[in-house]
Amino acid sequence: MRVAPYVFLTPFILSFVIFMILPIVVALYTSFFQVKRSGLGFGGDNDSVFVGFDNYVQAFANSAFMDSFGRVLLFGIVQVPIMLALSLLLALLFDSAVVKAKRFFQLAVFLPYAVPSVVAALIWGFLYQPRVSPIVEGLADLGVSVDFLGPGTVLWSIANVAVWSVTGVNMIILFSALQTVPREMYEAARLDGASEFRMALQIKLPMIYPALLLTTLFSIIGTLQLFNEPMTMRSVTSNISGSYTPNMAIFNATTLGGNINLGSAMAIILGLATFVLSIVVSVATNRKKGKA
Amino acid sequence: MMTQATVTSPPPTPEARIRRPAPKPGSARASVLAEGERPSRGARIAAWIFMGAVTLYFLVPVYWLIVASTKSTAELFSTPGFAFANLNLVENLTNLSTYNGGIFWRWMGNSMIYSGLGSIAMTFICLISGYALAMYRFKGRTIVLGAVLGSMLIPQTVLAQPTYLLLVELGLNNTIWGILLPSLAYPFGVLLAFVFAQSAVPMELLEAARLDGASEWRAFFSIALKLLSPGGVTILLFAFIGSWNNFMLPLLVLSDARLQPVTVGLSGWSQAAITIPGLQTLVVIGSLVSIIPIIVVFVSLQRYWKTGLAAGGVRF
Repeated sequence: MRVAPYVFLTPFILSFVIFMILPIVVALYTSFFQVKRSGLGFGGDNDSVFVGFDNYVQAFANSAFMDSFGRVLLFGIVQVPIMLALSLLLALLFDSAVVKAKRFFQLAVFLPYAVPSVVAALIWGFLYQPRVSPIVEGLADLGVSVDFLGPGTVLWSIANVAVWSVTGVNMIILFSALQTVPREMYEAARLDGASEFRMALQIKLPMIYPALLLTTLFSIIGTLQLFNEPMTMRSVTSNISGSYTPNMAIFNATTLGGNINLGSAMAIILGLATFVLSIVVSVATNRKKGKA
Repeated sequence: MMTQATVTSPPPTPEARIRRPAPKPGSARASVLAEGERPSRGARIAAWIFMGAVTLYFLVPVYWLIVASTKSTAELFSTPGFAFANLNLVENLTNLSTYNGGIFWRWMGNSMIYSGLGSIAMTFICLISGYALAMYRFKGRTIVLGAVLGSMLIPQTVLAQPTYLLLVELGLNNTIWGILLPSLAYPFGVLLAFVFAQSAVPMELLEAARLDGASEWRAFFSIALKLLSPGGVTILLFAFIGSWNNFMLPLLVLSDARLQPVTVGLSGWSQAAITIPGLQTLVVIGSLVSIIPIIVVFVSLQRYWKTGLAAGGVRF
């Protein structure tokens, strides 16, 4: 038996076990304990006491945490389809003969991906602020007054930042998939008199189905993890609470709340929710494909 | 940019116009047959308008950032956003470089260390692991591959809080290692390297090297590594972008401002700007400076990230 592959894999396995498996174990363990102060007043020591599922009960009873799930789900239901439709439309256009100067346009669409989401949120944060934004000003001149940072609108303003950031990557993934479709299929369809539109719908879409599923899945996972943009935009509006998204609630409980046990339970819940939703989406879309 | 691009689109030739009569029901089939891949003029115009609007949407925020970077704080709030005012760029850059003892450049340096050094180490780990998985058959191979695939579904941010707990246990919170070490585990990179190695390194070459008496270690370093380098650049790029984007973990782990990466530093300034308005200008110019290195890397390495994305999906 050769030793080489094991030696080669050692650094990865070590880093994988220590920084992907172990954290989950630690979080699980922590989530079953609570810090209780023994003795009275200031003199007592803090003891970790096993409390079973108490932290989970607390997390589920925490209305801000539960609301944050509803919020990101609503966000995802709107943002993911819009973003993917835009990515798909762009990918189809780039794959067709309709658009010229493809390299320039592709770079333009992809460029925002190189902007870290924190910086993207900072830039858009300025563009949403009435006193700075040329957009708000321009709309005001047209007689339209908008408040991008209001309690009802700020969620969609965050969604816009997300669309701006990730459309490019999704477009490139879908475009790369389209490029692998054998061109002869199009020739045949054309001879049969299919229009470009019908070809897109009936040949191209089914052929890139795996890529579409992949982008959908990762977009949904990304939505549940929402953190960078809303956290950053708290500096321009008071309408984003500290527990606006599940990850922000986890952050809040762990830092300001000082309750790492509750924070851990929340992190485990979010991890499970992500996992379950990923499975549901892939099963649902697979079934749909089977019918088609 | 727009006008120039419009000019490059060839005007429809007279023949094309003649060949394409006004659309009548039933004639669509004939015209499609005649033109092959050539789209109609209406479709091309619609596509231009759409692409123009989309390009504006994606580029305008960056354009605004460039314009705003040249303005003083007063001008930022008083002059039209999309138009240049007095050129204050040098002054802004000086302020950025001197504020709080030049901490901005310290943040940039930190980001370079976390993203640069971290990604290089991680890319090496990915390449050597992907190579081992592709070139050898050994006990436990399927387990490792399964773990790699399964962990793709665990997003980095779900791990942030648990990783923070672990780092506190290990006494690594608020240290450089607390950010560098966790970034070494990157299953997606291993998967990419595995796919690359399968197609880039011929098994015969490995056999030949063995016959020549090369050790496994040498075969990897002097033969395989070179063949794997295009894939390596792709992994490096994604790793670099991903870790430059890293926010939640450093926010949890690093309380010392002098250890923070530039994303955390800038968002801290943005929070502080609520009470110190002068900081707004620094947030603007700092944002611009912080994205220049990535954009340069991106544009110059275009062909690499395209092949990388073609090889798999991407994790973000």
